[in-house]
Amino acid sequence: MKKSTLFSAAAAAVMAFGSTVATAATLDDVKKNGELRCIVSTGLPGFAYTDANGVYQGFDADFCRATAAAVLGDANKVKFIPATGKTRFTLLNSGEGDVLWRNTTWTFVRDADVKTTFVGVNYYDGQGFMVPKALGVKSAKELGGATVCIQTGTTTELNLADYFRTNKISYEPVPIEDSEEARKNYLAGRCDVYTTDASGLAASRAVFDNPKDHIILPEIISKEPLGPVVRHGDDQWSDIIRWTYNAVVAAEELGITQANVMEMAKGTNNPEINRMLGTEGDLGAMLGLNKDWVVKILSSVGNYSEIFNRHIGPDTEIGLERGLNALWTNGGLQYTPPFR
Amino acid sequence: MSDTVQNYVPGEYPDQPPPIGQRGIMLWLKTNLFSSWINTLMTLFSIYLLYLIVPPLLNWTVFDAVINATSRAECREIDTGACWAFIANRINILTYGFYPDESQWRVNLSFVLLIAALVPVLFDNVPFRKFGLIYAVAYPFIAGWLLLGGLGLEPVGTDEFGGMMLNTIVGVTGITFSLPLGIALALGRQSHLPIVRTVSICFIEFIRGVPLITLLFVASTMLNYFLPPGTTFDLLLRVLIMVTLFASGYIAEVVRGGLQSIPNGQYEAANSMGLKYWQSMRLVILPQALKVSIPGIVNTFIGLFKDTTLVLIIGLLDVLGIGRSSLADTKWNGLSNEVYISIAIFFFIACFGMSRYSIYLEGKLEKGHKR
Repeated sequence: MKKSTLFSAAAAAVMAFGSTVATAATLDDVKKNGELRCIVSTGLPGFAYTDANGVYQGFDADFCRATAAAVLGDANKVKFIPATGKTRFTLLNSGEGDVLWRNTTWTFVRDADVKTTFVGVNYYDGQGFMVPKALGVKSAKELGGATVCIQTGTTTELNLADYFRTNKISYEPVPIEDSEEARKNYLAGRCDVYTTDASGLAASRAVFDNPKDHIILPEIISKEPLGPVVRHGDDQWSDIIRWTYNAVVAAEELGITQANVMEMAKGTNNPEINRMLGTEGDLGAMLGLNKDWVVKILSSVGNYSEIFNRHIGPDTEIGLERGLNALWTNGGLQYTPPFR
Repeated sequence: MSDTVQNYVPGEYPDQPPPIGQRGIMLWLKTNLFSSWINTLMTLFSIYLLYLIVPPLLNWTVFDAVINATSRAECREIDTGACWAFIANRINILTYGFYPDESQWRVNLSFVLLIAALVPVLFDNVPFRKFGLIYAVAYPFIAGWLLLGGLGLEPVGTDEFGGMMLNTIVGVTGITFSLPLGIALALGRQSHLPIVRTVSICFIEFIRGVPLITLLFVASTMLNYFLPPGTTFDLLLRVLIMVTLFASGYIAEVVRGGLQSIPNGQYEAANSMGLKYWQSMRLVILPQALKVSIPGIVNTFIGLFKDTTLVLIIGLLDVLGIGRSSLADTKWNGLSNEVYISIAIFFFIACFGMSRYSIYLEGKLEKGHKR
């Protein structure tokens, strides 16, 4: 009795305070701890996985490194915190992590109601369907009565329900936890259709034994802007994350790469590059960072296209095209406000 | 020729071997496999099933398996079977997690010392058992020092623990501390002191009423809401406490079952000998109650050891978590069978070992009560 009263009192306290507890200046905490606690996926091909030495690799992992490089000057001072789709926001809001780079879709409810702040979109995605060729389906509208493998706790689950309701088709969901489980179930024939973000479908299909036996249907049924998330109420910290991402995109725009950043940091005749790299003015100080914060980011992970091509680009096993994620100058959506 | 027929003195006629169908392998086959037509049918069916299952399984795991390769594609080029090269490639992090390479000898050493500490506790016929027991009490401190560092060793944070090492640490700690705590709770529940009894009952019922995963989740995320801002409380320590409390709730109920199976006469006999409460418990009641509870206790421990994989939920990478996150490596993507089978072998060895020990212990304590 004593215990359970205590517990319910405590639970009530949580309800009352919500997630406003752990919102002291995150920047100070990170600097004090000497490491950035970055929430990533428990394993998503191309985006976050551990290599043979136990080091996290991937597109999202590199953005974690970029953040650590900006804040602490050392890209290796990251503590990766693996989270499933269901636990990611709890871990962030309880203060177990400082930032979430975990291919998380920016939605209204998550932004407003879950008390998190989305600060950008580092990957534009959309939800698609994959089916075996043998099924003879050419369009998602022909999927009536199909069994569908779907990851729980994700936006794809809700999009799917919406899409099938709009088109008045019935389906039977098969809930799964991660992409590996989906692959197994799909290949074993326990579901006819596998649906997730198109990038994830491509990544999964790339490593099937017979990738040609499976097709990705033409319909893209949702917008999935995937981006970094921080807790509500720490504007300085969200600025840091936002401009870390912006710096990576701007670097591609301005032609700064991992290879030439040290050269350019000595001074160029382009004032925007000079401002970014800290040779003119001191933008870093306005964020509470060092003058050379962008130099540290770029020398450790490179610009957007370098990160993209290293982990998910056409030369990797995953083989994604830039598509929507090309720079705005190339007809894509990746765009950054000016460094001024 | 009549003299070929030997005449024996009555009583000295040598025993003839039983007829061929009544001895050796034939008898065994007849009684065990072909005793009736239905058994014959089942035997033939089983042989057919084995024929279907065993050769492909052996081919996959042994004959067509690949041990040396640098990626899944390379494995597939070499042969069609299991790609054990992946496990070989990852065995280091599957075992030690993110523990620094140059310090891994410390994990190995603490494992060897753990075995050395367990032997005098588990077996009573080892030499110098008394010293062994003293050492076993000191072992947690030695292991803590070896694993965490400090005092001359390079410090290693608990967030770098992972893999089988993490499962073993959580399992062993949970088992070691939950047994005494569980016994205390069981005695508390039987106590005549109302406060002790109520607290014990509340604790046990609370623990048994809540899934372990919820407790772990509370430990990992909710605790931060309750503690003053800025306090950090090591995540692994929180997990160890929660796992220990969880297991102790179950152990308490198992031991209570044992206590209730002791006839009242035993309590009365102990009292009439003039034994105080603790004396009667230690000398009369608990030795009998615990003996009865062994299967249940070991059952709880086996369950606890397997439950250590739940720490994945709260962001600790145990062997299963490392396996899953390794599977997302595009170089090796799709080799989940190999990973899960390897992890299953690890758990089987540990759990089967516990189960065998429980049988050994039951046999040893079964003096004169065999039915």
